[in-house]
Amino acid sequence: MDFKSSDTLTSGAITGPRAQDVLPATATAAVKVVIVGGFGVGKTTMVGSVSEIRPLTTEETMTQAGIGVDDNYGSETKTATTVAMDFGRISISDELVLYLFGTPGQERFWFLWNGLFEGALGAVVLIDTRRLQVSFDVIGRLEEKGVPFIIAVNDFPDAPRHPMDALRRALDLEQGVPIVHCDARHRASSRDTLMTLMRYLHSLAVAKA
Amino acid sequence: MTHPLHPPQGDEPDARFQADVPVRRERRSPENPERLYILTGEDSERAPLDLVTLIVAKGDPSPTAQPEQSAVVRLCRTPLSVAELSAYMALPFSVVTVVLTDMLAADLVLARAPIVRSALPDRSLLEAVMHGLQKL
Repeated sequence: MDFKSSDTLTSGAITGPRAQDVLPATATAAVKVVIVGGFGVGKTTMVGSVSEIRPLTTEETMTQAGIGVDDNYGSETKTATTVAMDFGRISISDELVLYLFGTPGQERFWFLWNGLFEGALGAVVLIDTRRLQVSFDVIGRLEEKGVPFIIAVNDFPDAPRHPMDALRRALDLEQGVPIVHCDARHRASSRDTLMTLMRYLHSLAVAKA
Repeated sequence: MTHPLHPPQGDEPDARFQADVPVRRERRSPENPERLYILTGEDSERAPLDLVTLIVAKGDPSPTAQPEQSAVVRLCRTPLSVAELSAYMALPFSVVTVVLTDMLAADLVLARAPIVRSALPDRSLLEAVMHGLQKL
């Protein structure tokens, strides 16, 4: 499906949103939530299960300078990498729209999209207990950046199950950071996960007030 | 949803249940950031557009407009986020922001800034989002 040619624009082949995906003219404000986790942990599945539109993809291209270029006598090596991010949308009201971004766990990709985390209300860190380590780095980054987050354990059928307090210790979470189980394939479960994040953000707001 | 949440209940032992988690996170120490560059160059020349800034066209496309600008005007007859523009136009986010920066300067489109997290999140905003989620 993914062919892109340079004449896409001039040929007028751009397909916009389907009629049912058009936002009302009254939509005046948007907020965003980031779903972050390692490769294959179910970010896109979660976005897709709860989004009112078919998930879309925004891409960014970056070049990465070769490591140790000083040793190369100026023959600097660069590689271009395309990083994709899937996202979905939930209309909260006629005026307010919530966007959900499924984001790669590596921070070196985050800066590609201005303010991806800085402007987000909060984040869901989606984890797979078979590969808990891949979430360690992202949790640290979110703590450093002061982005409030919850942990959602995507319950893969063959993944080991741990007591919540053992998971909390392993992840070295701050007191009060919620951990929930979810099944990212199911809309109700994904919605409940987002609801847990909102309740947590609300409790933080109340505590600060 | 068929798989049970732990702790396992009843007489059937859950072979997947493990009381101990075999790995543990260590707090991060600073490391050298990798050197990365976006292809489009100078950041300072771009309008401060967020992925979820909503763009609305102010009129009809001009016959002499660049194809990218005509496409934006056509797509933004109703509000559309910059992220959605990037997806539908199959252009990188950074390229879309360059196109939109020109269009904002030429007064061809309006940008509705997103509500971003501040030091003190707005409780009524969060309540509105929860209310909306409950209707799903």
